[in-house]
Amino acid sequence: MGKSTIIPFGPQHPVLPEPVHLDLEIMDEKVVRAIPSIGYVHRGLEKLTETKDYNEMFYVIERICGICSFGHGWGYTLAVEGLMNVDVPDRADYLRTALHELSRIHSHLLWLGLLADGLGFESLFMHCWRLREKVLDLFEKMTGGRVIFSICKVGGLRKDITPEMQNDVLKTIKSLRNEVNSLTKVFLDDASVKNRLCGVGKLSKTEAVDLCAVGPVARGSGVNNDIRLTGIGKYLDLGFKPILEEDGDCYARCKVRILELYQSFDLIEQIMLELPQGPVDVPVKGMPPSNDFIARMEQPRGEAFYYVQGNGTKYLQRMRVRTPTNANIPAMVKTLQGCDLTDVSMLILTIDPCISCTER
Amino acid sequence: MTYLSKSPWVIHYDGSSCNGCDIEVLACLTPVYDVERFGIINTGDPKQADVFLITGSVNEQNKAVIKQIYEQMPDPKVVIAIGICANSGGIFRDCYNVMGGVDTVIPVDVYVPGCAARPEAIIDGVVKGLSILEEKRKASEVAKEASA
Repeated sequence: MGKSTIIPFGPQHPVLPEPVHLDLEIMDEKVVRAIPSIGYVHRGLEKLTETKDYNEMFYVIERICGICSFGHGWGYTLAVEGLMNVDVPDRADYLRTALHELSRIHSHLLWLGLLADGLGFESLFMHCWRLREKVLDLFEKMTGGRVIFSICKVGGLRKDITPEMQNDVLKTIKSLRNEVNSLTKVFLDDASVKNRLCGVGKLSKTEAVDLCAVGPVARGSGVNNDIRLTGIGKYLDLGFKPILEEDGDCYARCKVRILELYQSFDLIEQIMLELPQGPVDVPVKGMPPSNDFIARMEQPRGEAFYYVQGNGTKYLQRMRVRTPTNANIPAMVKTLQGCDLTDVSMLILTIDPCISCTER
Repeated sequence: MTYLSKSPWVIHYDGSSCNGCDIEVLACLTPVYDVERFGIINTGDPKQADVFLITGSVNEQNKAVIKQIYEQMPDPKVVIAIGICANSGGIFRDCYNVMGGVDTVIPVDVYVPGCAARPEAIIDGVVKGLSILEEKRKASEVAKEASA
């Protein structure tokens, strides 16, 4: 055994567009220890609740992350609606579920692209991102924005969708499903992709539970902790069943996300066919009372929770978010121990890190 | 675009943006917008880059990183601040850990507004930046001749 060396990784590096710093202690091409340090994207937006009222705060919360912006907005409105006892109309709930699943498709396609880029498979990266643009076009039609939508609000949705949009969604999902089929073949059956993913970064079921992993990382290790089963949105009415894999390696985590794409296609098609008529919002009266409420939300990356505390004025007393990547960092550090230096980028990628969520 | 005498390579750094502008920068490089047609490539190495695309505002921790990347880039170089956060701090201006726009740390040549900045706006900003790059290159050549 040689002497150990420390290789700094980041904050500016080619794996992710976001800054994260890792000190990798290397001995003979094996990582002995990985020490993450974060804080490059910290903004301190939770403190803005003191100067922005609960409606304005929604726009700040949506900008926690540009990838799961709809989920963050929805989670926050769920928390405030719970605090103020607002019942959202059925149509709004169905549409929120559909928009959230569309966000999941866009997020997973983005992640698959980054994974392909990490593998060195440039053309696959381009194809994933080409398909992602179709989802963004849908968003633009339905909400007006490509990455930040501002369509959710406390009490429902800001605007309704038209029957033409409904048809557009169905048409796009149908063509996406065909094209994703050919991508799936590459990601799950191609020998060179499998060589990089199979058996790399094993996380056993007990480790995943002990380290409190969430989202596709936990589900790749067979831990069923999908928050969509707890009754948010209309998932239970739609007969939602979580996707679980047992192997716990990078391949399993990739497979979970690919199968989730198909599941989201099914859910969206079902919603667009069964969408009930009616209003999409209810008037909200009064101020958030002196009480607190926690809402949980299954983001594309895992469980996030939103804590709000009111004080009888239009400003919230306290607002706190816990995001999925934060919970997955211990699992990432665990899998990095003892891995090959070349696998570091794969291991960081397969937890699908979102640094701006983590640091806010 | 006749002044595009060489392929400009870009480097991207995320200051403290929400990812919205970052993924739009990446979207510019992928098939629908595809700036690689014009020879624009995203590089991870500051020493090979001509254009510095920066998203998000500046804070205490990333101030040094931004300066370092800027100083490592060879002259002539252009800095493009993408998104309202990089321009002025945007919605996060009042946050305790946000110092303001990128121009508080390094000189900025082009400001691209938007939250998130649309790919069309980013491409427009880069094209503006390229003409500035060309001017800077000519100016440095003139200076070289004068000194010789």
